[in-house]
Amino acid sequence: MSHDSDHYVLDVNGVRREVTDSWLGESLLDVLRDRLGLMGTKGACEQGECGSCSVMVDGVLVCSCLVMAASAVDQPIVTIEGIAPVGSPSDVQAAFVEAGAVQCGFCTPGLIMAVHDLLERDVMPSETEIREELAGNVCRCTGYGRIIEAVQRVAVERGRAQ
Amino acid sequence: MPVHLPDTVDAAVAHLAADPSATLLAGGTDLMVEVNDGHRRPSGDVVVVNRIAELRSWRRDAAARAVTIGAAVSYREIETGPLGEMFPALGEAARTVGSPQIRNAGTLGGNLGTCSPAGDGLPVLAALDATVELASSHGRRVVPIGEFMVGVKRTALAPGEMIVSITLPLIDGWQGYAKVGVRNAMVIAVASTCVVLDRAQRRVAVALGSVGPTILRCPEAEHDLAASIDWETLRVAGEDLERFATLVSAASRPITDHRSTAEYRRHAVGVLARRLVRRASSEEVTV
Repeated sequence: MSHDSDHYVLDVNGVRREVTDSWLGESLLDVLRDRLGLMGTKGACEQGECGSCSVMVDGVLVCSCLVMAASAVDQPIVTIEGIAPVGSPSDVQAAFVEAGAVQCGFCTPGLIMAVHDLLERDVMPSETEIREELAGNVCRCTGYGRIIEAVQRVAVERGRAQ
Repeated sequence: MPVHLPDTVDAAVAHLAADPSATLLAGGTDLMVEVNDGHRRPSGDVVVVNRIAELRSWRRDAAARAVTIGAAVSYREIETGPLGEMFPALGEAARTVGSPQIRNAGTLGGNLGTCSPAGDGLPVLAALDATVELASSHGRRVVPIGEFMVGVKRTALAPGEMIVSITLPLIDGWQGYAKVGVRNAMVIAVASTCVVLDRAQRRVAVALGSVGPTILRCPEAEHDLAASIDWETLRVAGEDLERFATLVSAASRPITDHRSTAEYRRHAVGVLARRLVRRASSEEVTV
């Protein structure tokens, strides 16, 4: 399979999105924000250090700044906009608010993506596991304590609900 | 420009043959950093290799007591799957690569193709005497790891060639990896060391990262330890271990840069090597 680097179709949050005039090597982060208007995914370091651009591609958590957008055709892409509709937050989003894990909010979309991914793989992670799994998501406000608390809250609530 | 997403090695090398300036893309964790920084702009075709089934899989050859790992197997898979259990040093190295996001994308073949002296998996490949299978439109060839890694971000890959797989021998003995960085997570190696104690062959292998233009082996230290170690218990007398650490440090060829000094790095690889050998004997006792 081959396609032109400046014209291709991405599957974003279950919707076919046409991308035109993309330059060769343009990152998924830039395509999501600048071409598709999906501003929830944040960009900061553009070298995979901060995690603020985390999205799911083909079921795997990645830094969208390090994904060449043209290489992600035919793979389901889920961004923060695809996690829950506006106005009805996911359990992870609600727990972040309740635990005070959101301060400036810039890192939050990436963290929400990473926490959803973590809790899919590990329903009851220890504090050490949470810290290791979230090592790729940098927060400069909270000191992480309330973020870890939010993750633990969701794990406990999901366990109760079962 | 076309972006190719081939599903076979043959299709991939045909694209490389058609456009010698083509850019190979695996996990993107090295290439895209350069693109984002403006240091590199792909100008020809892009050949995406991580949808090739042969590159995404691994297989165990029981007769040869070896495992062949596809070049596009991710560090996450090595860290969490059977590969990390078969090759504990590789599993330990995988766990120190970047973040979960980076390990999900980054591949063993990509690490080798970039061939940074700080590549986390590379000391393990060197210590295990890996072989690297390469493919081009002219066919395939197998290159020993020591001949593949030529210098700082330089490899024996010829134009039109790509890495298909890496083959590692299964070792009867002990292996471990250790790395020094400024913090625990998300850090490039200031110095790294892999030690393999091959009990069946009575052979020691030590490989060092971030202390030379490419990964370095330590032949003198290896021979010295092979002669002094108790191969039953993997214990080493104190003075023999000190001499081994000194020989490891002497084998390094570090430079001073923005991450550390040559003196620190030379010292650190000796400490890491000594620590790994101590760990080997303590784990033997508890088993």
